[in-house]
Amino acid sequence: MDYLTKHPKTVQFIILLAVFFALCFAVSPSESNILWRLPPLLKQLPYIVNDSVRYLMFDWMPIQVYDALIDDYEEKPLFREMTRTVSSAFLLVINFIREIFLGGNKTIVAFTSWDFINENPWARWPALPWTVIVGWAILLGYKLHGKGLAVLAGVCTLYLAVFGQWKPSMETLSFVLIAAPVSVLLGLVLGIWAFKRKYAETLLNPLLNVAQTMPHYSYLVPVIVLFGVGDHAAAIATIVFATPPMVRLTLLGLQKVPADVVDAGMMSGCTAFQLMFRVLIPTARRDILIGVNQVVMQCLAMTVIASFIGAQGLGSNLMIALNSLRVGTGIEIGVCIVLIAVALDKMSLAWANKQTDYFADLSFFQRHKFALFAAIVFVVGVILAYIGALVFRDGFNYLYIVPHNKGVTTAPFWQATVDWIWDTFFYMLRTFNEFLITSVLVPMKNMYLAMPVAATFVLMMGIGYILAGIRQALIIGAFLLFIALSEYWDRALITAYIASFAVIVSAVFGITLGSICAQNATASKVILLICDFFQTFPSFIYLIPVIMLFGITDTSVIIATIVYATIPATRYTVEGLRSVPQVLHDAGSMLGVSRLQRWVSIEVPLAFPHIMLGINQTVIFALFMVIIGAFIGTTDLGQLILKAISDPQGTGIGLTLGLCVAFIGLAVDQIIRTWANERKKALGLD
Amino acid sequence: MTVNVQQEDARHAVIRCESVYKIFGSNAASVLESSNGVVDSKKFLEAGLIVGVNNVSLEVYQGELLVIMGLSGSGKSTLLRCISRLTDATAGKIIVDGQDLLALNHKQLIELRRNKMGMVFQSFGLLPHKTVLENIAFPLQVKGSSTRDSISRAMEMVKLVGLDGRENYFPRELSGGQQQRVGIARSLAVEPDIWFLDEPFSALDPLIRKEMQDEFLRLQAVLGKTILFVTHDFDEALRLADRIAIMKDGVVEQLDTPANIVLHPATEYVRKFTEDVPREKVLRVESVMDAPDPDEVLGDLRIPMDALVDSVAEQILGEEKPVAVVDSNGNMVGTLHSSHVIKVLFGGRSEATDQQ
Repeated sequence: MDYLTKHPKTVQFIILLAVFFALCFAVSPSESNILWRLPPLLKQLPYIVNDSVRYLMFDWMPIQVYDALIDDYEEKPLFREMTRTVSSAFLLVINFIREIFLGGNKTIVAFTSWDFINENPWARWPALPWTVIVGWAILLGYKLHGKGLAVLAGVCTLYLAVFGQWKPSMETLSFVLIAAPVSVLLGLVLGIWAFKRKYAETLLNPLLNVAQTMPHYSYLVPVIVLFGVGDHAAAIATIVFATPPMVRLTLLGLQKVPADVVDAGMMSGCTAFQLMFRVLIPTARRDILIGVNQVVMQCLAMTVIASFIGAQGLGSNLMIALNSLRVGTGIEIGVCIVLIAVALDKMSLAWANKQTDYFADLSFFQRHKFALFAAIVFVVGVILAYIGALVFRDGFNYLYIVPHNKGVTTAPFWQATVDWIWDTFFYMLRTFNEFLITSVLVPMKNMYLAMPVAATFVLMMGIGYILAGIRQALIIGAFLLFIALSEYWDRALITAYIASFAVIVSAVFGITLGSICAQNATASKVILLICDFFQTFPSFIYLIPVIMLFGITDTSVIIATIVYATIPATRYTVEGLRSVPQVLHDAGSMLGVSRLQRWVSIEVPLAFPHIMLGINQTVIFALFMVIIGAFIGTTDLGQLILKAISDPQGTGIGLTLGLCVAFIGLAVDQIIRTWANERKKALGLD
Repeated sequence: MTVNVQQEDARHAVIRCESVYKIFGSNAASVLESSNGVVDSKKFLEAGLIVGVNNVSLEVYQGELLVIMGLSGSGKSTLLRCISRLTDATAGKIIVDGQDLLALNHKQLIELRRNKMGMVFQSFGLLPHKTVLENIAFPLQVKGSSTRDSISRAMEMVKLVGLDGRENYFPRELSGGQQQRVGIARSLAVEPDIWFLDEPFSALDPLIRKEMQDEFLRLQAVLGKTILFVTHDFDEALRLADRIAIMKDGVVEQLDTPANIVLHPATEYVRKFTEDVPREKVLRVESVMDAPDPDEVLGDLRIPMDALVDSVAEQILGEEKPVAVVDSNGNMVGTLHSSHVIKVLFGGRSEATDQQ
């Protein structure tokens, strides 16, 4: 009894669980019972959204547009004309950049006409020979950060060429080269706006929250309706997806600039503009760069998903390979994406850290040496390409553009490996698979589905109330209410079950692994590096090896999710434990605690809030992956979103479903974040 | 007499504050107006307002080093921020170099800062992405000087603060003392007339602090700027100041020369600070000497009138006869007997006071 009065939260939890189970047993499963399932009052929402979007696109604000073809004015809706203009602008730039790499005539067509091309077959933008691009990449790497980066850049680009993925890689690269700068710029502008104006921050915050928890797929649907299908639509979807983290990090970075630095800028006589661009932004560079980095990673993560709406490049090839179970090819393409990601990541960081030397008294040659080398590389590459044209008389000029799928390939090797694994471990894998599905997943799924809606509300809001207070409980209630009133409650439960299973396993793995590695400084460094490395992988990549092992089943999705979601759990555990102040370790040692005691009673309690933030990230990661997993067949919200992409009426449905997923994530996020922040404050860690 | 004339000439106020108030909180201005300038910080606190600066009037003269001393929360930094207009004073008048600071528009303020003011910060406020040289050149570049000019000027400043050879280092690669040298060089790069220093040495180790104070005095001897120096360290204030303003709860408790503050503390609060101060380290020869007596037989030793008693005590005690005290031109202005020095050194507080 004494224990209970001392720990009121324990009592509250016990009561909460009692009420929860009572409700589970008491409420009878019948469609008419509103304690069992709420009526889908928001059923019309998707259609209302559809109609509004259609109205906006096709009827709103007709304007007179001159049509050259019929030589007359025509009435067209304003909004559609606007999106059309944006689309064609994007398409023009994407094609232009693409043709710099690969050659072509679309840019010239855009400024003339197809007739012109037909009459003048010479009017074609020549491609840069791949040797030139590899050479330039090496030079750029060397200029930015010396030999190491030169080697990395060289190996990456060479791989793309040698393995016959040159064309799709350049397509993907051109796509990133458009989407990333636009996202960065947009993110910077919005971030600065939010920094300057309090109301902008209050306005953007909830929007960013939703945007960062919406699954990738749900961005695609409205983009199709507004901008159609194609590379430009993919780029726009990518930009919408990649901008939020940039806004976040810009704002965070600007807010972290020390007051003294701002004062020093003011006292140096900076104008508002100088203060922003010469003091605040450079000082916040660290965070802003992480933002740029995130944008590049998000863009690459989207290349695969954006291929659903017509992005060409590695992504669509990967999709095709996975769809036809050509795992070997899939692995090769996956490696290409990872290599591009790693190279872009390192190069952007190196570029940002460069400094100028004011005293170097350089000769003309030294000052322009890189430009000279670049020119030499260009000339040599072009000459090589000409020689190539003479050598490889029939067929392909391997010194100009390595044709797609005509390079060296290791696909048969991987395929053989997969076959061997299947042959050797077939029964083992199948047994494991069956065991997991029949003894764990199916019962768990049924349990979730057997939960009355009233019980779910009580449980979630109760936890919210106990851990974070009444305000948070009400917010969580509102999130759940939206899902419960939509048609998708059951689907949401399935998503929740897969995600929560993955989160539990990931958390156990991550915390264990993190705790072990955190015992030792070197091990910590190594594991953090590994986390960094794996985080560079676009999420889709994780599906490749699991499909390889388990084929197209729920198990694959769950395992990919677990692997993916273990990363943040591990990282936050290591960071949390390592950040326990040394003085506390020393104090513990002098009090004579054992290693285990120190871990249990000093390190874990102090690191726990941070670890919980890791779990929070795990939840978001898991949700993302589960939804992406719909691609290989799960029966949750993700599957419906995927369907909505090909549905002409899909906009509203896709958005509603996306919001459902986002709200699941945000509900968890609300509880954990509020609790962790309060706990950190109580421990004096902030 | 000559001394006095010089002083009169120098008494041209570069900065003048008249009844400056700074009160934090919403509708501070209207509350202040209705209180008719009588501010009780406790009552204001109950109303949700925090009083930073309470009715401060002071003047800083050309070439003078005025130290604002106070403990944390005394409003000293807030006052400095008001005078540099990093925050706007709630009420009062601040005249800087003949201009009403609070009436300046944004553009004029920027011009003033670009040409007349330099400031050094407690935690240095260096731009982390710029090298030592770029940091120092920054105010010049902001003004629009060419890269060549600003870099060569910055290089001069690097030499002035003794950081030669480190101009391409980043702030994070420097020790605290070196970082503050950069901060000092940066604040001096535009050759300002007015120099603000906000606890410049507080973040440094005691030994480095002493070194930096010496360095600072050396610079000031060369440059002769008008200086407002904020510190919480009373010893530092005594060491550096021409005059000290002691602040408490936003009010200036006493504004006077170090010697007068030690000898005549105006309030109980000030007296507590002065209690443990070794007076020979504060008092100058002129404040303990006798008027010259033509009949007296003096020793050969000549003591400058502005020397600290501490620095000449040993010499004087070695003399049997009283010594002559001279001004900077070598004219005799008084005499000092070793018995006086002993009194300063070993108590006799009332004696020393009588001399004044």
